[in-house]
Amino acid sequence: MTFSTIQALVLRNLFLYTRTPVRLVELVFWPLVDLLVWGYLTVFLQKHTGDSFPYQITFLIGAVILWDILFRAQQGVALYFLEDVWSRNLLNVFSAPVTNADYLASTYTIGLLRAAVTSLLLSVLAIVLYSFNLFELNWTLLPFVFNLLLFGWSLGMISTALIVRWGPAAETLAWAVPFFIQPFAAVYYPIDALPGGIRWIAELIPCAHIFEGMRDGLKDGAVSWADLGKATGLNLLYLFLAGMLFVRVMNTAREKGLLTKFVAQ
Amino acid sequence: MESPVLEVNDLVKEFGAVRPVNGVSFAMRRGEILGLLGANGAGKTTAINMILGIVTPTSGSIRVFGRDLARERIAILRRMNFCSTYTQLPGNLRVWQNLTVFGKIYRVPNLKRRIDEVLELLEIAHLKDRVSGNLSAGESTRLNLCKALLNKPELLLLDEPTASLDPDIADKVRKVTKRIREEDGSSILYTSHNMRDVEEVCDRIIFMHQGKILFTGTAEEILDHFKEDSLESLFIRVARGGEIETAGESVTSAT
Ligand SMILES: Nc1ncnc2c1ncn2[C@@H]1O[C@H](COP(=O)(O)OP(=O)(O)O)[C@@H](O)[C@H]1O
Ligand SMILES: [Mg+2]
Repeated sequence: MTFSTIQALVLRNLFLYTRTPVRLVELVFWPLVDLLVWGYLTVFLQKHTGDSFPYQITFLIGAVILWDILFRAQQGVALYFLEDVWSRNLLNVFSAPVTNADYLASTYTIGLLRAAVTSLLLSVLAIVLYSFNLFELNWTLLPFVFNLLLFGWSLGMISTALIVRWGPAAETLAWAVPFFIQPFAAVYYPIDALPGGIRWIAELIPCAHIFEGMRDGLKDGAVSWADLGKATGLNLLYLFLAGMLFVRVMNTAREKGLLTKFVAQ
Repeated sequence: MESPVLEVNDLVKEFGAVRPVNGVSFAMRRGEILGLLGANGAGKTTAINMILGIVTPTSGSIRVFGRDLARERIAILRRMNFCSTYTQLPGNLRVWQNLTVFGKIYRVPNLKRRIDEVLELLEIAHLKDRVSGNLSAGESTRLNLCKALLNKPELLLLDEPTASLDPDIADKVRKVTKRIREEDGSSILYTSHNMRDVEEVCDRIIFMHQGKILFTGTAEEILDHFKEDSLESLFIRVARGGEIETAGESVTSAT
């Protein structure tokens, strides 16, 4: 891994965002729509349930923010690759002295920056609009958020690997992959809400444990170490597997000439 | 004797049932401009992509600067560079931004000064602050070349650098190619299906057809060998699959 290479690849994306502010719309607009929709739904439900209002519902707003952290991190990796496809720059990058590790490290950095922009914006708006303060979780927020980033990166690598493998026609996977797992990820409802027969899927998804842990944390202020532990363990496993998949697909791409196919069309 | 800058040995690439490169061997001397000439589909780009490590060979070996490309790809790529008509620099970045990004990737010392130098060399210094996507085809190709020259590559691969250029710009590109060889001592592998290009720029020409090398030599040697009076007519004869009479043996170009 070379610091200057990573710096250069990150810089390429920062230039992109400052040069084309319309790219930022995606970081602000959709998350904002989500926050408003779920936020006002929460307000509405609160009004009609009065004191019996279940704490899980307050967490809807938190869930929106946290899901977005995962999603932006995943997109940081997947869109990074697509930006180079769209600008016909792919071969310039892959014929340059850039290792897989350099490449991934820079996409992670971009994912982190993107997640930071969106989550800060949403967190502040949630306080202002709905008096929902995610920061009530204090320092426990950090390991939880970090776990979401890790899982986002795994999903990002998987998305990119699938796009490389299946070519330009698979581009939409960059947006779809996180939503394949969303129903099982216990984002807006607890794992218990799923039918018994498919709960095991949720158990295997790191972010399901994160969302469970966050709900518990918001309820009684206690850190759910068990959830955090499960999430971290699963995350390390997935990060390893996704990394292997990425490296394998890159090797296959070199064998089958897949990278050049993005250029030909 | 000095070891060759590039040494390609019995290189083969198969994509399923197709074999775009089928047993190619050649070596390049330091400071040489070597032309890879051949019709569309002859396997030139596939060969270049293998030398860049973007495509892995099915068999055969590639040694660059005396080192094995398969083993030391990154170290080798630092001393190489590449420019192709099929690639562009990101259109939404400004010219200086694109060159800054690639300059850092290639660890170019005194990068700001070097950027000005290459822009001057390609006569596009006035475009430094322009958005790359708004450049004309000729300007854009020259920007691509700027990127390829940033690290003063010891081995430079140019894949049809003059395709889609008007004669004036194509001429400039040829002159620059010769100039950097004189000034930096770069070795340059130059693919083209343009006779004019290779005749004017290249010291030696490799004539490829359907993944194989038909002949290697200077333009005169090739013409002499195939008993033709211009590369153009030889090219057409080969492309149309005619019987190729050579001084020694007879080869049928169509398979
Ligand atoms: N990634 C690939 N997958 C399958 N076939 C390919 C691939 N890349 C090139 N080819 C085939 O290899 C042949 C040679 O192509 P190419 O090397 O681009 O020739 P040239 O550059 O001389 O025009 C062509 O028939 C092309 O279709
Ligand atoms: Mg070609």
